[in-house]
Amino acid sequence: MATILALVEADATGLKRSSAEVLTVARTLAMALNEGPAAVLLTGLPEHIEQAGSYGITEGVIIEHELLQTYSMPAMAAALTQLVAVEQARFILAAATARGKELLPRLAAKLKAGYAPDCVELRLQDGSIQAVRPIYAGKVLATIRLRTTLQVFSLRPNVFTARPVELPAAVAVRVFRPELRAEDRSAVVHEVIRNEGKLDVLEADIIVSGGRGMRGAEHFWMIEELAQLLGGAVGASRAVVDAGWRPHSEQVGQTGKTVSPNLYIACGISGAIQHLAGMSSSKVIVAINKDAEAPIFRVADYGIVGDVFDVLPRLAVKLARFLGKPLPERFQREVQ
Amino acid sequence: MRVMVCLSYVPDTATRPQIASDGRQIERTSVKFILNPYDEYALEEGLLVRERFGGEVLAVCVAPDNAREILRTALAMGVDRALLVRDEWTLDSFGVGVALATVAQRYNADLLLMGRQSIDFDSFQMASTVGELLGYPSVSVVSRLVIMEDGTVVAERDVEGGKEIVHTRLPCVVSVQKGINEPRYPKLPDIIKAKSKPVDEIVLPSEGPLCEIVAMELPQRSRAGKILGASDAELEELIRLLHEEAKVI
Ligand SMILES: Cc1cc2nc3c(=O)[nH]c(=O)nc-3n(C[C@H](O)[C@H](O)[C@H](O)COP(=O)(O)OP(=O)(O)OC[C@H]3O[C@@H](n4cnc5c(N)ncnc54)[C@H](O)[C@@H]3O)c2cc1C
Ligand SMILES: Nc1ncnc2c1ncn2[C@@H]1O[C@H](COP(=O)(O)O)[C@@H](O)[C@H]1O
Repeated sequence: MATILALVEADATGLKRSSAEVLTVARTLAMALNEGPAAVLLTGLPEHIEQAGSYGITEGVIIEHELLQTYSMPAMAAALTQLVAVEQARFILAAATARGKELLPRLAAKLKAGYAPDCVELRLQDGSIQAVRPIYAGKVLATIRLRTTLQVFSLRPNVFTARPVELPAAVAVRVFRPELRAEDRSAVVHEVIRNEGKLDVLEADIIVSGGRGMRGAEHFWMIEELAQLLGGAVGASRAVVDAGWRPHSEQVGQTGKTVSPNLYIACGISGAIQHLAGMSSSKVIVAINKDAEAPIFRVADYGIVGDVFDVLPRLAVKLARFLGKPLPERFQREVQ
Repeated sequence: MRVMVCLSYVPDTATRPQIASDGRQIERTSVKFILNPYDEYALEEGLLVRERFGGEVLAVCVAPDNAREILRTALAMGVDRALLVRDEWTLDSFGVGVALATVAQRYNADLLLMGRQSIDFDSFQMASTVGELLGYPSVSVVSRLVIMEDGTVVAERDVEGGKEIVHTRLPCVVSVQKGINEPRYPKLPDIIKAKSKPVDEIVLPSEGPLCEIVAMELPQRSRAGKILGASDAELEELIRLLHEEAKVI
């Protein structure tokens, strides 16, 4: 029996980092509450569950059913409902990923459990959890208490830190076979299309983002090459996406993607509240803007007051030298 | 086809919320409320579905009386009926979900459309919640929706690093994302006509909240905030700081 269930996702490269974060939180909670945590694999290969041991989790659950061979959110919710009953679980945690955000409210509604989405902090108070989450585009932090015994939380990726343990534990894996009917599989993922070769802002450690200060689509090669140099992804403000300079998939902000990379570099972005809502939980923020009064500087760890067209090429040269990497091609041509 | 579009009445993001004296909500009187921007895409999609399959579109909002203004916008855009489920901000998301599911059942909806998120709490949950309460499938954050004559539904949704193609069937619940369509602007004559159209109103028994807000606070700023100029020396200093102090490169 495990009263704390950490639902995890894995892909070809193994356990997702956001899932590792969830495991770390689950373990911390388990130690404080003296309850058993288990990792439950939502997607990925059965052997991926073993990786939970690296985060100190010793129990793993694999859900097996022919109706779950390709992912179906409603079927997964049905299966988990049965698992929760078997395990007599009290707390369910998952990362607030695309799948997590879709699955957890369904599961919570099935179980009539309270659900706190997109939490950035979980506090333990007298044996119960208080969850903190940003609301109103991050202008307010709300502390939430769930009133049900069974409680469901999704955790914003990259806010909690995944902490591997020194000696990975062996994971005792059990197989859970739910009873599912064909009707449970009422929506099915038929196909997954990957954005080939492009790192997504949601998966990147470093994001270099451009705003209207970049003046046109034709200048975004600077953002692209800087991102390439740093091994990061390209982000954009909504002004830039609305202008058609960049695809919507790159938009960061309240109505774009919510990101929290280790390093976010905002180039020619003013820092409107809706933009900040999507990136202000980044670990380190660098702002490059020619207007010293731009609001982006108020959330920046480091700011460069300057013109992006002057700063970015010189910064690229210095970064390439520092990192011991070749200067990307277009910078090379333009800087000569 | 009977389409129900769910509209959320949210504070304009440009406003600066003040926390009320009880410390658990914002001061609402000084705040301008608007139609949740994503719900415009849901409205447009509902109208497009009606254009293609016939039937009717109902717009529903669970909110206080003032929300009639956004239901009027929906009428001006072309929905057939508008319904306000009165609630004085007492319900949590689950409670709103129960109300929406109740309306959907009475209305006998084939398709429920929502925005991917309400920009007040950004919960991303309503489609899943209502789908479950109705026993309908649900698909969230959909950027392309194809409905076939036989009731098959193909939805493209945004996920990390790409897209997922989900197959499902009517009746179902779909939350939509920017890019799915271009919402129409209501024309002036339609806006004027909508003023005299009825906005129905009901009150539903509410279910006690499953979650409560115990405190609200304004976020503290705890950033280093080192602002430098753009000289070569300062750019080198930035790289040093990122490496030695922030340890991110
Ligand atoms: C409901 C709603 C939702 C929204 N959602 C989002 C969202 O998800 N994401 C988002 O980003 N926005 C969003 N917005 C829009 C937001 O309010 C801003 O309009 C937008 O973020 C501005 O983009 P920007 O910073 O690129 O442009 P601007 O505000 O025009 O800023 C450009 C900046 O570039 C600087 N600059 C100009 N030239 C140079 C130069 N040569 N060198 C250096 N700096 C230069 C300027 O000083 C200025 O600060 C939303 C708005 C609403 C109402
Ligand atoms: N009070 C409400 N009344 C009607 N629809 C709502 C309400 N709250 C949320 N919705 C719908 O649910 C969507 C997602 O909201 P949420 O899950 O709260 O972020 C919104 O875009 C609306 O379509």
